[in-house]
Amino acid sequence: MNEPILKTENLTHVYSPGTPFEMTALNGVDLEIRKGEILGIIGHTGSGKSTLIQHLNALIKPTSGRVLLEGRDINESKSAIRQARSRVGLVFQYPEYQLFEETVYKDIAFGPKNMKLSPEEIDRRVREAAGFVGVEELLDRSPFDLSGGQKRRVAIAGVIAMMPEVLVLDEPMAGLDPGGCREIMDNILSYHDKTGAAVVVVTHSMEEAARRADRMVVLNHGTVAMSGAPEEIFARGDELRKMGLAAPVMTELSQRLRALGVELPGTVYTVEQMAAALLELEGGRGRA
Amino acid sequence: MDDTAIKIENLTFFYPSEEEGQAPEDVLSGVDLTVEKGSFTAILGHNGSGKSTLARHLNALLLPKGGSVTVFGMDTRDEELTLEIRRRVGMVFQNPDNQIVSNVVEEDVAFAPENLGIPTPEIRTRVDEALKTVGMYEFRTHAPHLLSGGQKQRIAIAGVLAMRPKCVVFDEPTAMLDPQGRRDVMRIIGRMKKELGTTVILITHHMEEAAMADRVVVMSDGQIAMDGAPGEVFTRVEELEALGLTVPDTVKLMWELRQKGVDVPLDTLDVEECAKALAEHFKKK
Ligand SMILES: Nc1ncnc2c1ncn2[C@@H]1O[C@H](COP(=O)(O)OP(=O)(O)O)[C@@H](O)[C@H]1O
Ligand SMILES: Nc1ncnc2c1ncn2[C@@H]1O[C@H](COP(=O)(O)OP(=O)(O)O)[C@@H](O)[C@H]1O
Ligand SMILES: [Mg+2]
Ligand SMILES: [Mg+2]
Repeated sequence: MNEPILKTENLTHVYSPGTPFEMTALNGVDLEIRKGEILGIIGHTGSGKSTLIQHLNALIKPTSGRVLLEGRDINESKSAIRQARSRVGLVFQYPEYQLFEETVYKDIAFGPKNMKLSPEEIDRRVREAAGFVGVEELLDRSPFDLSGGQKRRVAIAGVIAMMPEVLVLDEPMAGLDPGGCREIMDNILSYHDKTGAAVVVVTHSMEEAARRADRMVVLNHGTVAMSGAPEEIFARGDELRKMGLAAPVMTELSQRLRALGVELPGTVYTVEQMAAALLELEGGRGRA
Repeated sequence: MDDTAIKIENLTFFYPSEEEGQAPEDVLSGVDLTVEKGSFTAILGHNGSGKSTLARHLNALLLPKGGSVTVFGMDTRDEELTLEIRRRVGMVFQNPDNQIVSNVVEEDVAFAPENLGIPTPEIRTRVDEALKTVGMYEFRTHAPHLLSGGQKQRIAIAGVLAMRPKCVVFDEPTAMLDPQGRRDVMRIIGRMKKELGTTVILITHHMEEAAMADRVVVMSDGQIAMDGAPGEVFTRVEELEALGLTVPDTVKLMWELRQKGVDVPLDTLDVEECAKALAEHFKKK
């Protein structure tokens, strides 16, 4: 198992403390992100997902507790914050609303420029990042002329261009059509596969989260309710439902099939796994 | 004839071209669609296929450039009927935050009927009724902005229900909601159809939601590409995928199995049906 790159220790965040609107959004969260892993974070609306991930590159500060990047408190000094901002890339929810430059190229270049890289390096990174999300052809266009899915990919490229070792995305698939979801997921995975960066995806979509996550963390009312491999999490469908979530359709199907006496091997939570399991059964039947 | 809620004939629409001298492109071209009263129709289609543009024609927010849209016998081009049309056809949008206008839940729900000039005692009854239908009555004195996304969306739906519309058009109402929020919205839609007899049009990217409708209409590039019962449309797996869409996971599974020669039915739209069909197949000796 890989060593952790980023950790939160007993992280607590209270909004508007001391006012009638005081709200404890996170309460004693211990989270570990390991080098090169894909971590899925799921939780009902208001469970604290967005608050949590904004701590990961020091956009907001803990009320108490710490965030450690390779053991160093990221809020310790200005230079630590700066380091965290370039090594941990954060893609907000609906990031397309934050595009503002005249061209796609300039928008993607914004982050690397702030990192004070050489013009050649900036150019190289913009083109590489555009390649990851498939917008090379659009570099000279105005971001405002693009479709919703394209805009979102440009916004993601802007973060990828900083070459973060941890790429964090807040509900990157929300509101896209199925084709758009698949493209974004593929883009994220290709960045992960080619660079070995850790990826943290906040999502509601259990199927999508299930497809590639190595580990999952479930937030409930500001605390970590579960964490483990997807199959461990999804096996607890009733608890998930009580937390306003859902188990993947295939997990539910496998539970029903077992109840109906169909013997399935292992844990199944994607269509591919279910098809493979059933084909094995079919093969067994054929030989019998 | 009287069973018709919506009749769209040869509808063409374009937005004004941004660049001068350039001919605007059709966003809807030659759409024909008739929707029966009390039915539940899901509309699918890739982003930009024209779903929202079509939806905005149904309560005269947009008017046809060619062809016509008739709702409950009223031509949307007749300006004198606009108010009456908006009273009959309610709209619920994707982002609940943009639909909340007041600081107290019940005032928010009363907003639309007040605007339509409905007398105050009548509004009271309607607001209470609408809040009960969406399961938010206990929250009537709360501040909407402190509620969850799913709860806000239910308030927005109550606001539409308080107008007692005959038809409600939902434009991706669950896109921003978590699974519980989505389940709640779908349950409310079910109640509206069954208990209130409301004609429901649901635009969605969630195939599982569309599978609950009586009819699925698929749009592509401003035209209707497919139209039929969910059991029929969702079995056309390759066609849907070519249009940038998918099918419910249960259908996808059966399709994969059939590709490999396993003899199972394709049209299992929900988990229960799918489990039954698979159990039957695999328990046969
Ligand atoms: N800027 C803020 N001020 C006050 N409360 C907030 C703010 N942002 C979030 N909250 C509250 O904190 C809680 C957690 O919110 P959030 O982190 O956005 O959850 P999630 O992303 O899981 O939906 C919610 O109750 C939310 O209303
Ligand atoms: N207000 C508008 N002005 C100009 N073009 C628009 C406007 N709204 C939508 N469009 C364009 O019309 C087409 C169809 O959009 P829309 O009806 O929103 O599709 P959908 O809801 O299926 O995603 C798209 O190409 C979109 O860019
Ligand atoms: Mg959030
Ligand atoms: Mg739309």
